[in-house]
Amino acid sequence: MLILTCPCCGVTAEETEFHGGGEAHLKREGPGSDDAAFEGYLFHRENPRGVHFERWRHVYGCGKWFHAARDTGTLEVFGTYSAQTTEPPADLLEKIRERRPGWSWREFS
Amino acid sequence: MSTRLTQGGARIDRTKPVSFRFNGQQLKGYEGDTLASALLANDRMMVGRSFKYHRPRGVVASGTEEPNALLGIGQGGRFEPNQRATMQEVFEGLESTSQNHWPSLEFDVGEINASLSRFLPAGFYYKTFLWPRSFWKHVYEPFIRQSAGLGKAPKDRDADTYEHFYHYCDVLVIGGGLAGLAAARAAASGGARVTVMEQEAHWCGRAADDGAEAQVADLVAELEGMENVTLRTRCMGAGVYDHGYVLGYERLTDHLSEKSGPRHRLWRVRAGQVITATGAIERPLSFAGNDLPGVMLASALRDYVVQFGVSVGDRTVVVTNNDDAYLTALALVGAGLTVPVIVDARQGGGGALAAEAEAKGIRVLKGHGIAKVKGRKRVTGVAICKQVGEGAVTEEIACDAVAMSGGWSPVVHLWSHCGGKLTWDDAQAMFRPDGTRPPTGEDGKGFVICAGAADGAFDRAEVAASGTKAGLAAAEAVGQAGSVSDLTAPEARGDNPIEPVWLMPASAKRKLRAKAWLDYQNDVKVTDVQLAAQEGFESVEHAKRYTTLGMATDQGKLSNINGLAILSGALDTPIPQVGTTRFRPPFTPISMGAIAGEARAETFQPLRRTPLHQWHVDNGADFEPVGQWRRPFCYIRPGEDRHSAVTREINQTRNSLGLLDASTLGKLIVKGPDAGRFMDMLYTNMMSTLQPGRCRYGLMCSENGFLMDDGVVARWDEETFLCHTTTGGADHIHAHMEEWLQTEWWDWKVWTVNATEQYAQIGVVGPKARTVLEKLGATNIANEDFPFMTFQDHKLAGIDARVYRISFSGELSYEIAVPAGQGLALWTALMEAGAEFGATPYGTEALHVLRAEKGFIMIGDETDGTVIPQDLGLNWAISKKKEDFIGKRAQSREDMAREDRWKLVGLETLDKSVLPDGAYVLADGTNANGQRTVQGRVTSSYYSPTLERGIAMGLVLRGPDRMGETIQLNKVDGSSVAARIVDPVFYDKENTKNV
Repeated sequence: MLILTCPCCGVTAEETEFHGGGEAHLKREGPGSDDAAFEGYLFHRENPRGVHFERWRHVYGCGKWFHAARDTGTLEVFGTYSAQTTEPPADLLEKIRERRPGWSWREFS
Repeated sequence: MSTRLTQGGARIDRTKPVSFRFNGQQLKGYEGDTLASALLANDRMMVGRSFKYHRPRGVVASGTEEPNALLGIGQGGRFEPNQRATMQEVFEGLESTSQNHWPSLEFDVGEINASLSRFLPAGFYYKTFLWPRSFWKHVYEPFIRQSAGLGKAPKDRDADTYEHFYHYCDVLVIGGGLAGLAAARAAASGGARVTVMEQEAHWCGRAADDGAEAQVADLVAELEGMENVTLRTRCMGAGVYDHGYVLGYERLTDHLSEKSGPRHRLWRVRAGQVITATGAIERPLSFAGNDLPGVMLASALRDYVVQFGVSVGDRTVVVTNNDDAYLTALALVGAGLTVPVIVDARQGGGGALAAEAEAKGIRVLKGHGIAKVKGRKRVTGVAICKQVGEGAVTEEIACDAVAMSGGWSPVVHLWSHCGGKLTWDDAQAMFRPDGTRPPTGEDGKGFVICAGAADGAFDRAEVAASGTKAGLAAAEAVGQAGSVSDLTAPEARGDNPIEPVWLMPASAKRKLRAKAWLDYQNDVKVTDVQLAAQEGFESVEHAKRYTTLGMATDQGKLSNINGLAILSGALDTPIPQVGTTRFRPPFTPISMGAIAGEARAETFQPLRRTPLHQWHVDNGADFEPVGQWRRPFCYIRPGEDRHSAVTREINQTRNSLGLLDASTLGKLIVKGPDAGRFMDMLYTNMMSTLQPGRCRYGLMCSENGFLMDDGVVARWDEETFLCHTTTGGADHIHAHMEEWLQTEWWDWKVWTVNATEQYAQIGVVGPKARTVLEKLGATNIANEDFPFMTFQDHKLAGIDARVYRISFSGELSYEIAVPAGQGLALWTALMEAGAEFGATPYGTEALHVLRAEKGFIMIGDETDGTVIPQDLGLNWAISKKKEDFIGKRAQSREDMAREDRWKLVGLETLDKSVLPDGAYVLADGTNANGQRTVQGRVTSSYYSPTLERGIAMGLVLRGPDRMGETIQLNKVDGSSVAARIVDPVFYDKENTKNV
């Protein structure tokens, strides 16, 4: 059972207070997108053993969505940050580079 | 025979005898006895039958690792099967029964399986039960059912209570032996909050073998005096999970005659650092007949003599590959018993202890092993052979017990649960924790430290030092560093090294290997693992599942290392490369009650009640669960059954006046300058063009295009929408709105609120609805003044009410929303004003029938997560003007747009009967699996009192194009019934009633 810190209300709490919401930073494909792009958006997900970016909701707390960067293998949490962004913050990426040299995830590395 | 000695027994109190029952017989023990020691004291050597071959089995261990002595404990509401006799303390009045035998323990019919053992090899089920098909039903299934599992499941409701306990500490120490207590002392020295859990009723663990009782007593006293230390016995560290989460399992009343308070307590611990001082488990040796009652782990046999004053036999042969078993020989001789021979597989024999044994006159045979144990239901002797050979017998020795030791395996389970890695220690022939690769916490640093025998330290001085070191390291890691003096310890024992012996004798012939047991509980032998390897199950996880090695309730505590060593030999691959199977929590089985805790019966989940709930209770409501709500299914009057009550409610609503408690319907408020824009994305319809004061029925889809909820939207004002959702949808649709607002359109100025419980909502339905509202004070509500799909505010019976003219029944209908606290007052006023029209409260079943008669869909009936609005003929509610809405893109995918989807139609049986819910529409032929081809299914089916016949809706292949066609639907009894495809609107197609 993970411990996460909600970046919105600042509470550090147990996993039971949160709800996972799958992969972060998906780009929505709407009407007009081609089949392959839409299929990718709806169905294709990263499944790494290592650095991963996820969506979480502080469902039994402030109710806000946020993002978490963590290692799915070691369970290390690199950080949590606002869901209202299209990419992870630069200082978090820098921290991950320090902790996991050579990592990459989708277009980030 | 096994018996109680007149002397000895550190743990028992001979002044406090207790009586207990085993298989109906009254037996005597002492306070401090385990059930196992008490049974042995009464010469009950055989305590059960094995799982597969029904072989006689006796106690083999003295702790949690016991695979054989699994008994049913207690009676009635306190009966529990498969309890380890070695962990069950005896108390006055204890009831116990043996398992897996018929008709009796002594005479068992299933024993025939043992003589058929050649025909019951590994993978027997997989190989045999493939054919013929009919055998599955008549032979295999009953046979497997009969022989599956050991104990019988309890039949009565659990009479006990259980609780959860939340606990936070800096350092959690699991294991209260010398290492654990030393660790706690060190960890607490700098002020850290330390908790120690010991699974047994007493402290010390195996350190008693090294004479550490006095030192341990001093340590416990010291720790008890420290305010920052919590000590718990009978409390097992069950599992170590992510980020320092640990489950503890405390047994509070299992040892007591008088049960009061919770039986078990589940500790939900969050610890900064976890120290696992969980000791080690002795391994059996694999020789023929090593499962006979009387063959025991050397340490267990020693425990019974020293701790419980119980002799397992008068003449005990000790067989070993390490020095530890010599302790047993010395203890036995010290108690006045006979050890005819110590059989040491090592050519060089043992060290200091061996010398002491020989000095005491005990015969030691070096380089030898046991070829075979003799006896049927208990040991009568052993045949000795050279360890290196094939098992040629050199001599036979009469004895009634065998003490075996194949070395020690550290208990690495808790270290491994959350990802701690192991390393193979060649010198000590064991897997031990790799301290450089611990499980890691949120900060990426290790949060588990191993100490004592669990870390491969066996000498008393090493154990104490290992504990102190672990404690200091843990204290430092949590920022509470301390310091302590070293604990005193005697000189090292001077042991000779262990020599691994995985098979005895080393080149044993098949006949011997086929009687050499690895897993007692699941009846897995050396030959089974070798067969698995031979048949290609080379991965240790595959071999485990093929042979069932380590899959019993003991999870292979005795068998895993021996089994994988045999696999390693068969594959000619070193043990570390073969690896271990996954260690999974809990360490030993924990009760379902402890997992549930207080969450059972009425406290299992919260119950949601509408403001009118008590009125329903008082007026004959027959409730049904709808999510966490309870809604009246119908209101039963004296002399009625459900069917007649529902029929009355429908007829009265259609003909005069019905009242519905609609308070559970979701009421979500969407507000803000961008509310219209957001509503257009949420719903398939155009909502931004809805005029304030008006209502519109809307559909909501998921991004996959599937219909997820529906309901009437009312525009309260320019910036405010009220979205009615289904009862079950309120919470998740609100979450759906928030998800899109927060994660996709976070710059839109929109606010959402779930106001479901703020309002009581009452449906006033039927031809007399308007009249009743007028009686309560509403004015100007004629059809033209207050048209369908609008809302108005009125004062009704003095209560400020918002009245929506919407209908889910086809009748003239108003849904009246008032503040929740006014709900009962309004309902009562409506009942009184409507009394002259026979105002009738109706329940969810009448609601369903009324809507089905009108062909209105119900989320969850007509939809199941695979249905799109187009399937339901709802194209009119899908905007073609809008560029985008959630689900729009998905609805243009190839599969969604295809012509031959199952689509909604009405179904009328030719014989007027009611179709079975979920019945399939039959087509010609069969599919690849030989099953009947189908072309649709029933989604809703009811008896319609209005039409006096069965009506149904269903999804049928190209249904709307086949109006009037007669189709066949299957029935539960295998026959079929004919129905005609019709318009789903069965009643009042012209909408003449809602005026």
